[in-house]
Amino acid sequence: MSLPTAPAPSLEVSGLAYAYPDGHQALFGVDLTVARGERVAVLGPNGAGKTTLVLHLNGILDAGAGTVRVAGLPVEKRHLAEIRRRVGIVFQDPDDQLFMPTVREDVAFGPAAAGLRGAELEERVMTALKQVGMEAYATRPPHHLSFGQRRRVAVATVLAMEPEILVLDEPSSNLDPASRRELADILRSLDVTVLMVTHDLPYALELCPRAVILSDGVIAADDRTQDLLCDDELMREHRLELPFGFDPRSVVVPLT
Amino acid sequence: MGAGHAHKLYRHGHSPVHDLPPHCKLVAVLCFVVVVVSTPREAVWAFALYAALLAGVAATARIPAGFLLKRLVIEVPFVAFALLMPFVVPGEQTELLGVPVSVPGLWGAWNVLAKGTLGVGASVLLASTTELRSLLLGLQRLRLPPLLVQIASFMIRYGDVITDELRRMSIARRSRGFEARGVRHWGVLAKTMGALFIRSYERGERVHLAMVSRGYTGSMPVIDEVTASRTQWAYASVLPVLALAVCLLGWTV
Repeated sequence: MSLPTAPAPSLEVSGLAYAYPDGHQALFGVDLTVARGERVAVLGPNGAGKTTLVLHLNGILDAGAGTVRVAGLPVEKRHLAEIRRRVGIVFQDPDDQLFMPTVREDVAFGPAAAGLRGAELEERVMTALKQVGMEAYATRPPHHLSFGQRRRVAVATVLAMEPEILVLDEPSSNLDPASRRELADILRSLDVTVLMVTHDLPYALELCPRAVILSDGVIAADDRTQDLLCDDELMREHRLELPFGFDPRSVVVPLT
Repeated sequence: MGAGHAHKLYRHGHSPVHDLPPHCKLVAVLCFVVVVVSTPREAVWAFALYAALLAGVAATARIPAGFLLKRLVIEVPFVAFALLMPFVVPGEQTELLGVPVSVPGLWGAWNVLAKGTLGVGASVLLASTTELRSLLLGLQRLRLPPLLVQIASFMIRYGDVITDELRRMSIARRSRGFEARGVRHWGVLAKTMGALFIRSYERGERVHLAMVSRGYTGSMPVIDEVTASRTQWAYASVLPVLALAVCLLGWTV
């Protein structure tokens, strides 16, 4: 237990196990605690159970065993509405995430579903769009934006719900280098807990001081991102490979 | 493909007609069409007056006649059907330019043609002065079942995405040397459609997941409430009320 005065950690996963209805077991007891304001990367090869883990965080999948708590609130049926407000998931394909006819309505969807209306709703939408620098595009249909812009709007759609924790599924996929950098700047500027699922290792190093490796349904390692990436044997063991010419030892990671 | 900001039927502009709330316009067009349809077909002059009324609306909305006429082309299949009627409907015969035609058939053709054209004209006017998005808001306001409104708005949102997917699949096919020629290749095209269906279905599942993650529980939250003042309703009702007067005259004269 933490000190009584400390706030509850943003995310507390303990002993989480899950098997799909077809019998395939994806998670074998995952333990992960993310403190408030931390940025943590979840690394792991394809099929390690990363997406399955993400879908447990807001109760889309029901834990077979173990518990998930978001800021102290257990993920259970009766808390689902509040849990889904607290956990903002940005999915990999922004076309899946942006389903409303205009950017503004899409960003408004979450808060409106939670009951916000009128001027308050409008303000929440504009604040979220400003945070990602997309306020000029509010009336545009999402399919007329570039991929990088759509990804940023997707981030805004969950920011509008003022989440406790932002969960990003492969945030850098399909982005060109400039969009990658812009998204990184945005994520760094946010005052929110971030859990980033990725196999883009340099991006994890750039953004997240701490990383965990999810492999075969368990957390296989949990350490400073730079230390993990420098451990050649560990990396090989979990099919994690750095891009050609990238040496994590030579990178000076900015503090915070 | 997805080039324009709005749909092709819409003509951007600012006019009293453009500015009316969408649900007022929907109701006005519906009433107008009902009135037109219930006019006796023998009152030929009444239909001329209806056309004049629509022309008046078009002028107020500053929609050029050419624009409207081009969009009326959609009616062509019905015209073809109407043109057949004088030859196939049994009854009293008469001669037109030396060709024997039936009198009830002629009246029937006129009936379909006049009422159809007026109805299409009114709808085209509605579509050219109202954005698709606000049409949906209007339908929502008029208490159309929310599920239908949701389906329609997803069609608008994902139409381009799915067409794009189809285009990419077609490029992939052609890049591997496939060119659809004749019946023998229909199998391949059918498989493409099947694959497209499965992809769209799976996308639907992912979209649903994203919606549920943001608190969707089965009904769309109302984000933009469209409202209409009494004046706006009165303004929108000018067209159907005038039409109703014409219709009543048509029955009494």
